[in-house]
Amino acid sequence: MTPRTPLDLVDARPGPAFTVTFDGREITVLPGQTIAAALWSAGVTSWRTTRGSGEPRGVFCGIGVCFDCLVSVNGRVNQRACLVRAEAGDVIRTQEGTGHHD
Amino acid sequence: MTERRRLAVIGAGPAGLTAALAAAARGVLVTLVDSAPQAGGQFYRQTAPELGARRPQALHHQWRTWERLRDGLAAHIGAGRVTHLTGHHVWFVERQSGTSTADDTARGSFAVHALLGPEQEEPVTVHADAVLLATGGYEKVLPFPGWTLPGVVTAGGAQAMLKGGLVLPGRTAVVAGAGPLLLPVAVGLASAGAKVAALVESADPRNLARQARVLAAHPAKLAEGARYAAELARHRVRAQVRSTVVAAHGTGRLEAVTVASLDGDGRVRPGTGRRVPCDTLAVGHGMLPHTDLAEALGCRLDGVAVAVDDEQRTDVPGVWAAGEATGIGGAALASAEGRIAGLSIAARLDSRTPGRSSYASAAKARAGLREFFAAVDTVCAPPAHWTEQVTDDTVVCRCEEVPASAIREAVDELGAGDVRTVKLLTRAGMGWCQGRMCGPAVAGLARCPETPSRRPFARPVPLGVLAREPGEPS
Repeated sequence: MTPRTPLDLVDARPGPAFTVTFDGREITVLPGQTIAAALWSAGVTSWRTTRGSGEPRGVFCGIGVCFDCLVSVNGRVNQRACLVRAEAGDVIRTQEGTGHHD
Repeated sequence: MTERRRLAVIGAGPAGLTAALAAAARGVLVTLVDSAPQAGGQFYRQTAPELGARRPQALHHQWRTWERLRDGLAAHIGAGRVTHLTGHHVWFVERQSGTSTADDTARGSFAVHALLGPEQEEPVTVHADAVLLATGGYEKVLPFPGWTLPGVVTAGGAQAMLKGGLVLPGRTAVVAGAGPLLLPVAVGLASAGAKVAALVESADPRNLARQARVLAAHPAKLAEGARYAAELARHRVRAQVRSTVVAAHGTGRLEAVTVASLDGDGRVRPGTGRRVPCDTLAVGHGMLPHTDLAEALGCRLDGVAVAVDDEQRTDVPGVWAAGEATGIGGAALASAEGRIAGLSIAARLDSRTPGRSSYASAAKARAGLREFFAAVDTVCAPPAHWTEQVTDDTVVCRCEEVPASAIREAVDELGAGDVRTVKLLTRAGMGWCQGRMCGPAVAGLARCPETPSRRPFARPVPLGVLAREPGEPS
């Protein structure tokens, strides 16, 4: 049986894709996806390093409660990647600690 | 003519939607305040419309129920009886004094404060005569070594990302923990193309026998479970019961987990560990109600959930609660409670007592489902001795990076006897999530009962919003 993807499963016909950058690398995004979904699609699982030990973090709860997935978007830090919709041209950067250099 | 009565429903999952429709059908003006971009809540989370899903029901069970709710909502919106505010994150519900009188014991006057916009900084206020808290719940995850690695997600989070954004967390997944949510998550991931290498459930199926009378009274629920089991078999998912994930491994991201067997007391059997390569671990140990708004209003809690009466009223006049905020039990129970709440609100706002016959069938469904889910909770409890698997260097508080050793020291050497004291001594629970993620674990390690933290605001709020005088234009 042919391996399926979520798009196949629901017979999706997305609108036009667009491009964002993550740490300088171009990523193609489908419309309507959150930043977390876009990064996952690109094989990226982490986009924040913790304040104390500098460990990588990404999505944990997926619904905006845990704040593990905080990321910098267009220079604004502490955005929850699982809630924020990606927009064409977004500049997404790994957030270091709190994003405020403290 | 009499001014029409206004209801604010917070949350647009099965409970909130059902209540909104029931109240609107009886003349109440409803504002449905929804943090998501689309109605449905967690259970009926919808794919972003721009993704053009033509067969969305492939990701859902009980799709027909959703269609009825969706179409009913659209009809009431079209008729002007319901306003649906999406992307509104409620942080506080304010009781406004000086407007209630002795004749209006069923109602009050409320201001629902929310934040709007992608950065959730724009303030919005909704005024209402009654409030329904249908705020849902979130997942409980007990810690184990490696649980902070990227690739470890909550079971509900994996499901949310799949339903909403049509993405999988990885190619090879292990689904693990305790509770009925694991089944639809494993089925969903496998159906969408992930290889589910194992479904690891800590419950012992022999415990089902002890709850046989209660479970047998719900043949539809048992059939639902059997359908999931058949789908798992079709996808060749191996189910391991009486087992748990004892560690996650990887450098920078998840590469494998270790699964071990549990004995009859819920302890790990030495020597049974088996390594399973995977890039995703979807883990959950049950659900907790969202109670912050209720607590801030002064509603009484019963354990970890909001206490309600037979009509779903809280003990704060004008405030009702329904769905998982009042106890975890799935969509059908949430809908039954939502219907009862909606009927009660419509009657009480009209200074009437709702006729018991009008909600008798919903009350019967509610009683039966509560009994069923109480039995499920007993069968699917997390392993009794999970704390023994938490090594001293395991991070327990994810936000503040507090290891288990610090919590144990606070309890054993510094004498902390409750979660709040542990928090003051270690910072566990002081981060962005305000202890939602680590609260149950800290309570377990401190050997205290799980109690909700007191949080004045349900969401992070910019100081500028707080500083603004009421009524000052933004």
